[in-house]
Amino acid sequence: MSQESPSTPSPRRRPRGVRRRRGLATAAALALSAGLLAACGSEGKPTLTWYLNPDGQATFEAFAEQCSTDEYDIQTRLLPTSATDQRVQLARRLAAEDSQTDLMNLDPVFVPEFANAGWLLELPGDTVTDDTLEGIAETVRWEDKIYASPLWANTQVLWYRKSLAQEAGLDMSQPVTWSQVVEAASSVDGATVGVQANKYEAYVVWINAMIEGAGGTILENPEAGVDAEVALDSDAAREAARVVDELASSPAAQADLSVSNEGTALAYMFGDGPGAFMVNWTFVYKNFEPGDANDYTKEQFDDLGWARYPRTVDGQESAPPVGGIDIGVGAFTDHPDFAREAAACITSVENQVELAVTDGLMPATQSAYDADELAKAYPPDLLDLFRTSVDEGGPRPKSAFYATISGAIQSRWHPPSEVDPETTPERSQEYLQAVLEGKALL
Amino acid sequence: MTSATVATPATDAGKGPKSAPEVSDRARHENRLGQRLVAPAVVVMLVVTAFPIMRALYLSLYNYSLTAPEDRQFIGLSNYLTALTDTLFWRDIGVTVLYMVVTVAIELVIGFAFALVMHRVIFARGLIRTSILIPYGIITVVSGFAWQFAFTYQNGFVNGWLPFIEDDFNWFGDPVPAVIAIMVSEIWKTTPFMSLLLLAGLAQVSEDMVEAAKVDGATWWQRLWKVILPNMKAAIMVAVLFRALDAYRIFDNIFVMTAGAQGTESISFLTYRQSIEQFQLGMGSALAVLLFLSVLLVAFLIVKMFKVDLAQARGE
Repeated sequence: MSQESPSTPSPRRRPRGVRRRRGLATAAALALSAGLLAACGSEGKPTLTWYLNPDGQATFEAFAEQCSTDEYDIQTRLLPTSATDQRVQLARRLAAEDSQTDLMNLDPVFVPEFANAGWLLELPGDTVTDDTLEGIAETVRWEDKIYASPLWANTQVLWYRKSLAQEAGLDMSQPVTWSQVVEAASSVDGATVGVQANKYEAYVVWINAMIEGAGGTILENPEAGVDAEVALDSDAAREAARVVDELASSPAAQADLSVSNEGTALAYMFGDGPGAFMVNWTFVYKNFEPGDANDYTKEQFDDLGWARYPRTVDGQESAPPVGGIDIGVGAFTDHPDFAREAAACITSVENQVELAVTDGLMPATQSAYDADELAKAYPPDLLDLFRTSVDEGGPRPKSAFYATISGAIQSRWHPPSEVDPETTPERSQEYLQAVLEGKALL
Repeated sequence: MTSATVATPATDAGKGPKSAPEVSDRARHENRLGQRLVAPAVVVMLVVTAFPIMRALYLSLYNYSLTAPEDRQFIGLSNYLTALTDTLFWRDIGVTVLYMVVTVAIELVIGFAFALVMHRVIFARGLIRTSILIPYGIITVVSGFAWQFAFTYQNGFVNGWLPFIEDDFNWFGDPVPAVIAIMVSEIWKTTPFMSLLLLAGLAQVSEDMVEAAKVDGATWWQRLWKVILPNMKAAIMVAVLFRALDAYRIFDNIFVMTAGAQGTESISFLTYRQSIEQFQLGMGSALAVLLFLSVLLVAFLIVKMFKVDLAQARGE
């Protein structure tokens, strides 16, 4: 346009300018409509859009390529990093009945909410088989129907430096409790305990795992939605609050405890000083494995130890967190059959193995765990630990109002330094109840 | 609409009496053309502002969650009642007012100093003025991230620069330091805007009056307090009003730096969380209406406080 401006004052040249602009406009309109037609897929090969979360993005893009067929192509679109933002973006698209949200990576806790809102298509019954690990299989069921396909199953274990455990005199061959871990780290100058305690979803993951580990639960009948019975004013929740308080007030608390996340905790493991104990997801192993992407040494990697998630109370088996990603098919897709077929292809056992080997995102099926490639990529005891942790994990409340529940807990339990075992569980019980009843602002 | 009507007599006046009937015809056409030209804008304004406002008012009377649209239920003023009787609402109002009062007060002082510098500077005037205005040209989200990095103890410089602060002090670990960090970012970003508005006011103060005061033996301080400031009261009011309303709606810095944790949440952030994160369109709309009303109240109070006639401020 700026090139045309000088020609505007001249009356003789003006028509040419106008013609040229009209020509450009027509060309642009044609190009645009051609693009729109292609996007709509009304002619030729349809394109399915798959919304990805950033973990394992490169591998997912390769899956999209592999699973594209002669009948359809799969294109990928990236979602934000945090689970909450991923939910918001997908929900806004689906609430507007977006036909181009064909496939989506969903955090398991949001499957009930999306299924309840009618935003997910039901998937065939054989999406989940006996081969699927129970911990993750449970996350895709809603009202006895299957609404998503498990892609990978995540869980947390206790990662630590063997040298630190030795120095602290903590016997890691036996199950350990949170109190023992905090005490051990406190006994060594500079040692810390890493958790996720920022005001976000993973903080609720920690709290829930500790409550479940003490034999309690957040909601008695989560499927009842807003009418669910809140069970936070319990001894189990008080035990969980005691652990939070114990850690927050100990020298083992990391300086950024109240804003800590999966990434900040990693830095303490092999930084200056004796290192850390840390509860974190399965990706940690691949993260510390020496390679081109990092500069960890073999000595450091050999010093990395792992154990089952710490117990909340002595004598009671812990309930490790279960996470991962399920693939859902958007309810408003123009190509439901293709999308279901693509979801099945993406979640194949081979793909699950590849995802575990390349990105440290562990499989959702037994047979993937038995694959030779996995046995080569991970020590057998670690594979066994992951599998057991997913199977015996403590799920977060399966509710269509999970985001509300999680938000209410974060609101009353954050920051960790303010948690009081005597009052916090009771206060959060009252608050969550009031929020669910619509009597309090969240 | 107004501009079209105002334009008509101006055109008439310019043409003279001789061609009056002819021009009048033309003026009428021009007027009609003007109205037609403005009409799309009026329609767009109605669609993009009036409709959402009415829609928000309507939705605020419902219990309406985006995830359960069928369960939508008319509940009258219950959302307003819940909000107004909730401690969280009043805490967030309090925090918001704190952000507004502190940042605007500091910005007024620093902004005035900058305005004086920009007004009086005699060398490299363009360079100095541009340098002062740079922060305002930066997107708030970007400046929020920059200040967040500056305040984090792992890779920020703030702890290193402040002698009385420990190296591993976590600014985002407690409410008071977190609020201070957000305010610093806000002040850094918007002080140039304040100084720009004050500079316009300074330029309006007659040099003769200042000279006269000087001749009468007034000190620099007396000239500032007795001559300059009273004569730029209208400009100060406009600056304070604009910035106060802006500061009252603070959102970006909180979103980026703390995501509302540590009690740093403002009323805009609460509204955002209800509507966008919780999908509670009914409650979110009620809060949006309350936010709108409180903005009106703040504007009213500031206008009353400064006792300035807005028409006079516009030079009418």
